[in-house]
Amino acid sequence: MAYNQPQPHPRFSVLSSSSLSSLEHLSPVGSSTRFSLPSAPSISTTSAPKPGQRPNIYDRNLNKTRAAEVSASAFAFLFSELVQYTHKRVNGINDLERRLNTLGYRVGMRVLELMSWRAEGSTKAPKREIRFLPALMNIHTHVWRAVFGRPADAIEKSVQNADEYMIIDNDPPITRHISVPRDMSSLSCSSFTAGIVEAVLDGLGFPARVTAHNTPTGQYPGRTTILIKLEQSVLDREEAMKP
Amino acid sequence: MAIHGLWVINKAGGLVYQRNFGDGLPHLTSNEYLVLAGTLHGIHAITSRLSPTGSSSGAQEICGETFKMTILLTATGTKFVLLTSLAEPNAGSVLQKVYEAYADAVMKNPFHTPEMPIRSEGFDTRITALIGSG
Repeated sequence: MAYNQPQPHPRFSVLSSSSLSSLEHLSPVGSSTRFSLPSAPSISTTSAPKPGQRPNIYDRNLNKTRAAEVSASAFAFLFSELVQYTHKRVNGINDLERRLNTLGYRVGMRVLELMSWRAEGSTKAPKREIRFLPALMNIHTHVWRAVFGRPADAIEKSVQNADEYMIIDNDPPITRHISVPRDMSSLSCSSFTAGIVEAVLDGLGFPARVTAHNTPTGQYPGRTTILIKLEQSVLDREEAMKP
Repeated sequence: MAIHGLWVINKAGGLVYQRNFGDGLPHLTSNEYLVLAGTLHGIHAITSRLSPTGSSSGAQEICGETFKMTILLTATGTKFVLLTSLAEPNAGSVLQKVYEAYADAVMKNPFHTPEMPIRSEGFDTRITALIGSG
């Protein structure tokens, strides 16, 4: 019966178990009864993974972290380093914004996949948005809630251009502590958020160019507009699908 | 019951932020402020080594006849100095809040270089909200 223990990690390789801390190697619980060789702890690296170990991140249930929260301070420091790293490797503000956009795109792809899996994974008839406005509402409410913990503040449609829509956030959490120097005043670090939106729209089949712009007001100095410029193909399809 | 000025001194003794509130303080040039901050840094180093009973965090309050300066030393060696009137009871808690604003608006700002003068709009705004305009 001793070998019938549930082995939760069949894919746990020797390589990854050898990276465990030496403290665990030396613990008496660690060595299995078959290899009771406490004097030679290195052998236990080849033994089965120990019970009570933290599961591999790929084996964790995705729904477990649904309501989990991340420290805003820790994220602010991480994002600050991310901007500094990017800033050192670019020439000019446009390049910096483009790179931040690319980094956000990588996040957005995963956000969309995770959100669809959580929302539709268990239903019998999963669906996805095929019209643009519901998709935009979905981004404004659900994507924002998944990423920032609250919905965005407004959606607007451009009066001049039919292909432009805007999502407005009065106080974006990721740029709350960032003061952009005067000589780069056109920079908006929310380009990262724009990248997230662009990835979600792309993933839903609405290719668009998404950019971020500072639009401060007296009441909200950090107010940011995420500008979505849709591709012509999306507009044509929307027109064709009109009932 | 008045706050006259705020200094932030980096761990090398350089003055990285200086701001006066109200008209209580004499007007000095920025060079004079740098010298004074450097001197205070030295005095603080002396006081921290004079403790008769083990290690000490150094001077926390220096009083004059008409004003006092309260010093907050952080774990990283940055010093916050508040110049107030003698009767100011909240200097310690104000300094803690300044430290908090510093951690938020300066350290989390990607455009700030550590140990360099603080030119962060967010920090100015937070200090204004905390102490008042100067």
